[in-house]
Amino acid sequence: MIPTTRAVRGWRRGAAALAVGALAAAGLTACSSSGSGSGAGSSGPTANASAIAAALAKKSSITVWAWAPQDKDIVAAFEKKYPNVTVNLVNAGTTTAEYTKLQNVVKAGSGIPDVAQIEYYALPQFALSGSVQPLDGYGLDSLKSDFSQAVWDSVDINGQLDGLPQDTGPMALFYNKKDFDQYGLTVPTTWDQYIADAKKLHAANPKDYITSDNGDPGFITSMVWDAGGQPFKTSGTTNVTVNTSDAGTKKFADAWNQMVDQNLVDPISGWTDQWYTALGNGTIATLVTGAWMPGDFESDVAAASGDWRVAPMPTWTAGGQAATAESGGSAYSVMKGSSNPLVAAAFVQFMNAGDGETVFANEGGFPSLNSVLDSSSFLNAAPAYFGGQKINQVLSDAAKSVIPGWSYLPFQVYANSIFPDSVGQAYSKKTDLNAAIKTWLNASAQYGQQQGFTVSVN
Amino acid sequence: MTVLTPAKPARPGGRWNPRRPRRSKSLTAVMTLGLIYALLPLFWLLVNASKTQASLFSTQGLWFGGHFALFDNIRATFAYDHGVFLRWFGNTLLYVVVGAGGATVLATVAGYGLAKFSFPGKRVVFAVVLGAVTVPGTALAVPTFLMFSKLGLTNTPWAIIIPSLVNPFGLYLMWIYARDAVPNELLEAARVDGAREWRAFFSIALRLLRPGMVTVLLFSVVGVWNNYFLPLIMLSQPDWYPLTVGLNQWNAQSSTVGGQAIYNLVITGSLLTVVPIVIAFLFMQRYWQSGLAAGSVKQ
Amino acid sequence: MSPPKHPSRRRWTGWGFVGPFLVVFLFALVAPVVYAVYLSLYQNRLIGGNRFAGLANYRLALVDGQLWSGLGRVGLFLVVQVPVMLVLALGVALALDSARLYWSPLYRLGVFLPYAVPAVVAALMWGFMYGTQFGLVGDVDRVVHASLPDPFSNALVLASIGNIVTWEFVGYNMLIFYAALRVVPGELYEAAELDHASVWRVIWHIKLPALRPAVLVAVIFSIIGSFQLFNEPNILKPLSPDTISSYFTPNMYAYNLSFAGQEYNYSATVAVVMGLITMLVAYVVQRAAARNQGA
Repeated sequence: MIPTTRAVRGWRRGAAALAVGALAAAGLTACSSSGSGSGAGSSGPTANASAIAAALAKKSSITVWAWAPQDKDIVAAFEKKYPNVTVNLVNAGTTTAEYTKLQNVVKAGSGIPDVAQIEYYALPQFALSGSVQPLDGYGLDSLKSDFSQAVWDSVDINGQLDGLPQDTGPMALFYNKKDFDQYGLTVPTTWDQYIADAKKLHAANPKDYITSDNGDPGFITSMVWDAGGQPFKTSGTTNVTVNTSDAGTKKFADAWNQMVDQNLVDPISGWTDQWYTALGNGTIATLVTGAWMPGDFESDVAAASGDWRVAPMPTWTAGGQAATAESGGSAYSVMKGSSNPLVAAAFVQFMNAGDGETVFANEGGFPSLNSVLDSSSFLNAAPAYFGGQKINQVLSDAAKSVIPGWSYLPFQVYANSIFPDSVGQAYSKKTDLNAAIKTWLNASAQYGQQQGFTVSVN
Repeated sequence: MTVLTPAKPARPGGRWNPRRPRRSKSLTAVMTLGLIYALLPLFWLLVNASKTQASLFSTQGLWFGGHFALFDNIRATFAYDHGVFLRWFGNTLLYVVVGAGGATVLATVAGYGLAKFSFPGKRVVFAVVLGAVTVPGTALAVPTFLMFSKLGLTNTPWAIIIPSLVNPFGLYLMWIYARDAVPNELLEAARVDGAREWRAFFSIALRLLRPGMVTVLLFSVVGVWNNYFLPLIMLSQPDWYPLTVGLNQWNAQSSTVGGQAIYNLVITGSLLTVVPIVIAFLFMQRYWQSGLAAGSVKQ
Repeated sequence: MSPPKHPSRRRWTGWGFVGPFLVVFLFALVAPVVYAVYLSLYQNRLIGGNRFAGLANYRLALVDGQLWSGLGRVGLFLVVQVPVMLVLALGVALALDSARLYWSPLYRLGVFLPYAVPAVVAALMWGFMYGTQFGLVGDVDRVVHASLPDPFSNALVLASIGNIVTWEFVGYNMLIFYAALRVVPGELYEAAELDHASVWRVIWHIKLPALRPAVLVAVIFSIIGSFQLFNEPNILKPLSPDTISSYFTPNMYAYNLSFAGQEYNYSATVAVVMGLITMLVAYVVQRAAARNQGA
């Protein structure tokens, strides 16, 4: 087609029209950039108890993003106590799926919920970017004594209260007694014994493993925590220290190298149907995981009912003091941008420091509130699934022996997302975990620097 | 010279061919292998939709086991969480009818325009369409989300429907198809008779474009039905979820603390999600079989 | 009067037909692309906010090992999987069109069905198929007393994903080819009959040339699809986190940058770079085909 002059002009007009149309639509959003907050101010809004009570008496509603199944009943109890408040409980996704949405709505500046469930490892990220409302001003920091120090440290970041804890996940050793009896294994109290058991089990039956592990970042960071490691430290809102020669990390990695190299861990991904099958038929003999696991066993691994028991997490030194780490667990925070912060704060308090915790514990959650943890009904629970063992006594002790002083990165969500790139590869290629973890730490530090944090790498 | 014989199908082995080709057993056998390859995972889906949650993990994957629970599962799928599955089903239907239907209409009309008219800027149009398609969709998700958020469209059905209306592949298909299936002589004849372009389109071209339209419609329907990523980004209220996002949420639920694994509902729900597409396909097949006038026209 | 050889010369009527599509297209697809280009010229950090960065992001992208390794991977995927899939689709379409199959509607539906399966379901199904402990591979091992390699191992994972993509899209492409075969003019077959042409000659001289435009369409869109590979590796990643990295394909890389790292600007840069490369390849392919035909 040979263009005539008219056609060429028309072409230009057409192209220009297209471009203008596109730019107009894009221009609607291009000019606005909701810059991220420059950091959390420690002086948030304030309100006293009577102001909060007054807000609860008025007709209003709040939106809560959460995935914990117990929350439905907790919301019902709250609405019964405060009939003028309507709570919209929305399951906007679980863990990282919800954090993605939360990040998106915060950036867009609209659609932000009043309350959000945020796991402890992700809370620093939302706190330090100024996305959550500090709760100090509402008097909620007086609840400190109702929780253990370790749990409180997870929500009280840089002297600012960013949320209230709902559950905790102090780690313990869940083991399949049937397997242990069948292969003559003793319940390990130290990690050396654990590794010895692993070798014995796998030698006796190459199809069975002491545990499943394919390099999950949550598991490994908790194990490093348990080994006394502290690879991350934060101070202020922008200073991060990454320690690549951390002793605890090395202690863990040296020991775990054996497990991976000698095929002592089952490379199944957790929370898949193959994994549940393996838990049910004895292929996986132990799980070192958080205290919230019994609920999952009972509802999802029915085939092994009666086979499993709970013991304290193995220690690194023989005869040493009981020590454990946290794995998982969530807090509930009031989001900045909430249009109803007083009611939101009251809801968070009810849920995690009030009647809500009792409901939560009754429905299989592992509470963080001391009064529930110490109650006799809680401690004397003897579920049939665990052969009538009083598991909550073991787990409650574990909650009291969590090693203090651990920090997550202010960008842990991202760091965890790139964890398998280096450490996962070490698992599949059976190379040194120390080197892989170091690579990961350096990559995480580099990301922090790119994002404007002041990162010092040791 | 034009010859119009509307009743003559363009198929060998069709009614007018006195000698039908022999049916081949060996070809059928080879195709059956292909069919098994295509259907094996779906067979797994059907078999496992009949198992209870507990027996899913304890029985052999490719055969039935335990109590036959297909109808229990179906009932439970519809009942779970106050019947949210039905709501998701309705949402998906809405998106499909408006989104896929709209996409087909837009692609057909535009494809016809590209095939039968020369106009200034035509080459630019196609270059821009193809160019925009080459940019990866996932990286466009955030800009699209931010845009829609400013316009107040997120968390509404429009956030799903508007992007679904754009089917560049469908456009390209209809362009190619219209070029071959609608003979220019017919259009010229209509113009000579004084018909306006839109009338020519509606009364002549549309009929001839039908098989292509049905193909594009089918692809659009499946695409919108299975649309997952953009709805996931745009919606935060389960009220407006399509089936795919809803099923994924049920799937993720099993890996939450204290969450109840409901794989049996996920699998049954998935089976129920595939069935309407099968029906749509069978329904649309009839439109293909109908006579093609274009085939008998000398080009 | 002899019929005119060219389409109508009415200048603006064409715009009338193409207009509605274009309006929605501009809004839903072009505007975000323009916005993405705009984003790629800025850097917005968690600490420090937004600032104009010019081509800094593009300079970073040029030396980004993760981007280029992902690109290499999808390139490899493309040159193997696309021909395999299209040849299979072509074979099935020809078989269906030959009318030599018993129960051909059954095969047409059956081969198309995998396309109708949503991604989350495909993940469940194939996760089972590939399972070496309690899945199909494991079962086969037990029955045959073998030890089949793990489909998710480093060496095989790309091929395993290729298998799933082929499974999903053979029916889709088959349908396109089949629809194209349906409009082949009847007289061509009549003429072939008169010449006593064999089945293979009919295929070679009538059907394949008729399929040319459709094949070109399928090739170009399969190329685009391959460069944008995302769904399948992304939904399989939880099953095999160690061998499917966060930068396994460029699209996954862009996704992780955006949604885990909040690096929207760099993610937009990756998208623009990938778009340009894909456009280039598609253009080259189209030109090569046009030259081949002597069009």
